[in-house]
Amino acid sequence: MLKQRGAALPDGWSKPMSRIELRNVNKFFGDVVAVRDFNLEIEDKEFLVLLGPSGCGKSTALRLIAGLEEPTSGEIIIGDDVVNDVEAKNRDIAMVFQSYALYPHMTVRRNIEVPLKTRKIPKRERDELIAEAARWLDLEPLLNRRPAELSGGQRQRVALARAIVRRPRAFLMDEPLSNLDAKLRVKTRAELVSMHRELARTFVYVTHDQVEAMTMATRIAVINDGALQQVGPPQSVYERPANTFVAQFIGSPPMNVVRGTLVRDGEAFAIDVPGGRIPLPPSLGPTAAAASRADLLVGVRPEHLSFDGGPVRAQVRVVESLGHERHVICDLSPDEFAIVRLAADEPAPSVGDTVGLTAHPEHIHLFNPETTERVS
Amino acid sequence: MRDAGLIGEASATSSLRVRTRRNARLREALFALVLLAPSIALFSTFAFYPLIKTFYLGFFRSDPFGLSASYVGFDQYIDVLGSDRFHRSLFTTGLFALFTVPTGLVLGLGLALLAHQKLRGMIIYRTIFSSTVATSVAVASVMWLTLLNPSIGIINYGLKETGFEPINWLGDPEWALPAVSLTTIWLNLGFTFIVILAGLQTIPEELHESAKVDGAGAVSRLFNVTLPMLSPTLLFSVVVLTINAFQSFGQIDLLTQGGPLDRTNVIVYSIYTEGFRNFNEGVAAAQGVALFFIVLTLTLIQFRFLERRGFYGN
Ligand SMILES: Nc1ncnc2c1ncn2[C@@H]1O[C@H](COP(=O)(O)OP(=O)(O)OP(=O)(O)O)[C@@H](O)[C@H]1O
Ligand SMILES: [Mg+2]
Repeated sequence: MLKQRGAALPDGWSKPMSRIELRNVNKFFGDVVAVRDFNLEIEDKEFLVLLGPSGCGKSTALRLIAGLEEPTSGEIIIGDDVVNDVEAKNRDIAMVFQSYALYPHMTVRRNIEVPLKTRKIPKRERDELIAEAARWLDLEPLLNRRPAELSGGQRQRVALARAIVRRPRAFLMDEPLSNLDAKLRVKTRAELVSMHRELARTFVYVTHDQVEAMTMATRIAVINDGALQQVGPPQSVYERPANTFVAQFIGSPPMNVVRGTLVRDGEAFAIDVPGGRIPLPPSLGPTAAAASRADLLVGVRPEHLSFDGGPVRAQVRVVESLGHERHVICDLSPDEFAIVRLAADEPAPSVGDTVGLTAHPEHIHLFNPETTERVS
Repeated sequence: MRDAGLIGEASATSSLRVRTRRNARLREALFALVLLAPSIALFSTFAFYPLIKTFYLGFFRSDPFGLSASYVGFDQYIDVLGSDRFHRSLFTTGLFALFTVPTGLVLGLGLALLAHQKLRGMIIYRTIFSSTVATSVAVASVMWLTLLNPSIGIINYGLKETGFEPINWLGDPEWALPAVSLTTIWLNLGFTFIVILAGLQTIPEELHESAKVDGAGAVSRLFNVTLPMLSPTLLFSVVVLTINAFQSFGQIDLLTQGGPLDRTNVIVYSIYTEGFRNFNEGVAAAQGVALFFIVLTLTLIQFRFLERRGFYGN
C-alpha cells in the first residue's frame, strides 16, 4: 500500500530536532490522577509506544504533548522549547485519533487539505502535497469521496494522509489500528514501521496491545495507573521487566508469578515454591540473597517452563490448543497455578496427570513482594 | 400420469400458500387500521374536516352583514388573492419574517456558542437563555408593551438618557413592525437557542481537537467545523422560524391590532379581521387557504433538508 519514495526528501522535511520531553508532568481531573509524575524523554526520530491497560492515562499523556490538555504541573518540551503555553495549533505536530476524526462534510481531498489551508500554503503547492500524500497512501481514486463512503481501512489511511501531508515535526497516534480487522491491522503495522523509517520523524504511538508495541516500537513506555513503569527497547522490557506489572502485562500468556522462599541449598541458592524447589543459577542466587529477605515473588514465562520431570510437582487442569501452540494450565497448590506454553508438535500431558516442571534457570525473574520491583 | 399428479399437487399447495399470505397481509392491514383509528378520528375532526370546510367556504361570498352567502366558485379566490390588500399583507408578513428570522437565528447561534463553552456556572446561563420557551405569547406581549411604552417604558428611558429622541414604538407606522419583530425575536430566542445548543452538542469533540492540532484557530474552526456540521440544525431553525413568522398572531393582536395604517397587518391577523371583525367568512377562508399552501411549501422544504441530514452521519 505504501509506495516507495525516491531517496531525496522534499525541502519541507529538513526540520529542526523534534525531541519531546515530559518533565515531572502531572495531570489531575478533579480527584482522578490521569498522569502521575511523568519523566519521559523521547528521542528525535524515535518510535515510542505508550503501552498500558485501559484507563491508565496513555491518551491523556498523548493529549498533553499535543496541547489538547494542560498539565496540572510540570513541563512539556518539544525541540528546545517549553511548550506549556504554546497552543496546540502552533506546536507543529500531527495527531491521528482513534476515531480518525475526519470531517464528514468534506471530501477526502478537502480533509487532507485542512492542515495545509490553515497554514496558508498556496494552492499550487497544496495540490502537489495532496497528490503526493494520496499517492503514498493509495488514496488517489478516493479523493472525491466523503468519509461516509469509505471503509474503515480507507478512513484510517485518510487520517494518516492528513497527518503526513503537512510534514510536521512529530506524529502522535492514539490507537489508530483498533478499529481495523486483524488482518488489516497486521498489514498496517508493517506500513507504519516503514512510514516511520521513510519519514524520519518522531512517532509517539498509544496502544493497549502489547503485540503492536513489541513489533513497532524502538522503545516502549509501559504505564499503569497514571505512572510510568518502565521505558526501554521491546526486547529488554520483555527480558528484564522492571516489576511484576510489566512482567505480566507484556507476554502472552502472561508470566507466571508465585510466592516463594529463598533457601540455601548446600553451596547454591534455591527457592521453595508451592509444589517444589527451584534451584537458582549462580548468577541469581547472591543477588537474591543480597535483597536480604527470604520471601520473594518468582516469575517464569510460560515458554520457559517444560515438562521434563523437573523438581516442581503440579497437576494438569486444562490443556488449551490454539493450533500453533498449546497452553497447559497446572495447579501447583489449591490456589496457585502455572501456565506452560508448548509448541504444537511437543507432547502434552493429559488432564489430571501429575507432572514435574522445570524452570529454565536463565529465565527466572525475582521480585520484591512488597514493592513488586525486580530484585535481580 | 404420476408426474402430472405431482405437479397438480404442487400447484395446489403453492396457491394455498399464496392465499394464506394474502390473508396474512389483509389481517395486517386491518390491524394497522385499528391502531391508526384514534389518530385518524382526531385528525379528521380537528384538521381534515376544518381544512376541507375552509376550502369550501372560499367558494361562497358573504353579504355585507355576513349573513346568507352565494356560491361564486373560484371567483372569490381570484379576487382575494389578486387584491392589493392581500398583497400588502403578504408583503408585511414577508418583511416580518425578514426582520425576525435572520436576527433571531444569529442571536440564538451566538448565545448557543457562548453557552456551549465548558465554564463553571454555565447551567445558569443555559436556563436563562432557554427561559423564553416557557413564556406565553400573552405574558411576553404584556411585558414588551410595558417596556416599549412611549412614556414610562424603560427602552425610551434608555434612549432619552443616551441623548436619543424617544420613539413611539407601537404607534409610529415606521417603528411598529420593528417593535413587534423585536418582541417576536425575544419570544423565539429560547427555542432557537435550545435547538442550536442541542445541535452543537452532537458535534464530536474530536473534530474540534483534530482541527486544533491541524492549525485551525477559533474562527477557522467555527467556519470549517461548527457551522458546516450545524447546517442541518440551522436550516431546520430557519424553516421553523419562518413558519412561526407566517403564523404569528398573539403578539400582534396584543401589541398593535394590525395597525398603525395596517403596517403590522400580517396574514393571520388579516384573516382574523376579515372573519371575526368584518364577518367576511369567504374572504378569510380564501386567505386561509393561501396561508395553508405557503406553510405547506415551507414544511416540504424542511423535510427535504431533514432527509439530507443522514448524509452527515457515519
Ligand atoms: N476529560 C476528563 N475528565 C475527567 N476524567 C478524565 C478525562 N479524561 C480522562 N479522564 C480519566 O483519566 C484517566 C486516564 O484516561 P485516559 O483516557 O488517558 O486513559 P487511556 O489509557 O487512554 O485509556 P483507554 O485505553 O481506555 O483509551 C481515566 O481514569 C479517565 O477516566
Ligand atoms: Mg485512550
